[in-house]
Amino acid sequence: MLEIKDLHVSVDGKKILKGLNLTINAGEVHAIMGPNGAGKSTLSNVIAGRDGYEITSGSVTYKGDDLLAMSPEERAWAGVFLAFQYPVEIPGVNNTYLLKAGVNAKRKHQGLDELDAFDFMSVVKEKAKLVELDPSFLSRSVNEGFSGGEKKRNEIFQMAVLEPSLALLDETDSGLDIDALRIVAGGVNKLRSADRAIVMITHYQRLLDYIEPDFVHVLANGIILKTGDKSLALELEEHGYDWVKETL
Amino acid sequence: MASNEDIQKDLEAREYDAGFVTDIESDTIAPGLNEDVIRQISAIKKEPEWMLEWRLSAYRHWLTMEEPTWAAVDYKPTDYQSISYYSAPKSDKDAPESLDEIDPKLIETYEKLGIPLREQKMLAGIKGSNVAVDAVFDSVSVATTFKKKLTEAGVIFCPISEAIREHPELVKQYLGSVVPPQDNFFAALNCAVFTDGSFVYIPKGVRCPMELSTYFRINALNTGQFERTLIIADEGAYVSYLEGCTAPQRDENQLHAAIVELVALDDAEIKYATVQNWYPGDKNGVGGIYNFVTKRADCRGNRSKVSWTQVETGSAITWKYPSCILRGDYSRGEFYSVAVTTQCQQADTGTKMIHLGKNTSSTIISKGISAGRAQQSYRGLVRMGKGAENARNYTQCDSLLLGDQCGAHTFPYVEVKNPTATLEHEATTSKIGEDQLFYCQQRGLSEEDAVNMIVNGFCKDVFDVLPMEFAVEANRLMEVSLEGSVG
Ligand SMILES: Nc1ncnc2c1ncn2[C@@H]1O[C@H](COP(=O)(O)OP(=O)(O)O)[C@@H](O)[C@H]1O
Ligand SMILES: [Mg+2]
Repeated sequence: MLEIKDLHVSVDGKKILKGLNLTINAGEVHAIMGPNGAGKSTLSNVIAGRDGYEITSGSVTYKGDDLLAMSPEERAWAGVFLAFQYPVEIPGVNNTYLLKAGVNAKRKHQGLDELDAFDFMSVVKEKAKLVELDPSFLSRSVNEGFSGGEKKRNEIFQMAVLEPSLALLDETDSGLDIDALRIVAGGVNKLRSADRAIVMITHYQRLLDYIEPDFVHVLANGIILKTGDKSLALELEEHGYDWVKETL
Repeated sequence: MASNEDIQKDLEAREYDAGFVTDIESDTIAPGLNEDVIRQISAIKKEPEWMLEWRLSAYRHWLTMEEPTWAAVDYKPTDYQSISYYSAPKSDKDAPESLDEIDPKLIETYEKLGIPLREQKMLAGIKGSNVAVDAVFDSVSVATTFKKKLTEAGVIFCPISEAIREHPELVKQYLGSVVPPQDNFFAALNCAVFTDGSFVYIPKGVRCPMELSTYFRINALNTGQFERTLIIADEGAYVSYLEGCTAPQRDENQLHAAIVELVALDDAEIKYATVQNWYPGDKNGVGGIYNFVTKRADCRGNRSKVSWTQVETGSAITWKYPSCILRGDYSRGEFYSVAVTTQCQQADTGTKMIHLGKNTSSTIISKGISAGRAQQSYRGLVRMGKGAENARNYTQCDSLLLGDQCGAHTFPYVEVKNPTATLEHEATTSKIGEDQLFYCQQRGLSEEDAVNMIVNGFCKDVFDVLPMEFAVEANRLMEVSLEGSVG
């Protein structure tokens, strides 16, 4: 589904990614771990098409297309979803209204009829249950006044509504208390499917107890330094990232 | 994803979609201003002698005044002798009695603008459901709809020229009682040459059965529009009123110097909403309407209430401060404003809340959006007079900038002569966030839709208080104004 080859990315002239390779297939769940500032968010932002990153070389192919040539909304329409590490507040913009605009823009692009308010609301209510999102959040302004945990829960709710093919979850577990983590992880598990790939960026083994990954990667020194199965996460928890660097 | 520069570039490509000219024969008085011109206007309007005298004394006063220069706008001085002060579609020398008498071309014009003059269409629910419309085309009022239903309720809603003839006692009592002819340069000019506008009287205890609305359209070349609106809500009366404006796209500047006077007696309430979309000029600042307007409400009665709500997207230059004089005890004034300036537009707008009575209160919410090279100023005065025991004011001014060549400025003036009065002021200036745009795009919105959604969200506090019939229109207008914000 996603094939990243020899990706080099700089921010403000500083090299962050230095020849990163990564292949992700449909149905797989990948965890990416790595030290602070290693470039994990940079990678997810580059995949989602955020401005401000200089791609000096390499390629990203998504479902056979050159992803880097597409605008952020075209990527969203093609099924790329990013659950933000820091979801932004948009005062005065209704949470559900934004989502409806997003869903209908995608449907229009796919040549489908737009959902009317009634049909959309029934979808939304059902998906809100998945992450036990209180219905009052649906009519509030996007992320405005939400606690850190509520913002993260809202991100996964949006993922459930938008039904992406490739979901990138950037530190979705950070800021969630233990109960919320269990609920949100449960929601993500229900969204696992054979035609969907999920990439989780995380610092903690805890999340992986709930959502079992097929692969665990360590992103350090601007590349995928090591790849293993879920046992790698346990070793990392025990020995830290320096251990990976030393063992190479 | 487009940067701020791109957004700015695209905004410059914005088109004005009400910019067509209606090809219609007009009777126009030759350009120039002198006592004869005023006599001519008064004669065409079949006005009584007292009205002519009133005009002439205003004119003589105007000759002694100088054009104000304190507003933060910059423009070529107007040559008052090159403007024509009266233009009327030929087929309608006088306000028509029924819609059948109206030139079909005029109806077409208003329909193009989405303003329905035909009552049956309105009843069919094409647009709005229950709105009476008075349409002013250049200098005359061409149609007032729903007359019968209003008359039954005792409401007077007619062109002001008709009110001068039919209801002289009301006009004499209230005209100029809120904005006197000597008030300011543009007000004096308006008093001398005003040609039409709407008159509303809601009798004691009557709740006006429908929204009232006036649409102003400047069509003729080199014509000024000097309309005059007078709304009186007698004791315990209620009315909600909307004013909308457009003009064709022309290279010359056109002058619009209107006066709106509102009078609210004991326990009366007036809601006045404006959607202003005069032609703003092209991307180089050529052409466009100069909008110099005096709007003032007198909350004369105890517990009276007036709210001004305005959505301003047009005009090359706007100079406008809808104000409230809170004279009655417990009276209340509200000002909700959204102003959008793009390209080379300049706007200097705000409000004045003059607290005179005890326990008076006022709320000011101003949202300014600037793009391109536009400059926008909020200028607000809150005055707490000696007798304004326990008066309260809350002011909130927010500015949103799109791009880095535009500017927003805030000038809040406060005068407090009573120590029991309380004032609260909040102001913010923000740039439309790259992170907000990206968030919306990541959810599937095009950049243009993302800008519209964020801007509409920014204006929500104001749109929420717009009458339902017009909230949709305001939304659409904002979208048109910011159209082309994506390449
Ligand atoms: N917009 C930016 N401007 C400047 N530096 C940035 C920007 N975004 C990221 N960086 C830098 O790039 C590096 C990688 O950041 P990031 O991808 O957020 O790391 P991670 O998510 O792995 O913690 C850090 O050194 C960070 O400071
Ligand atoms: Mg990060």
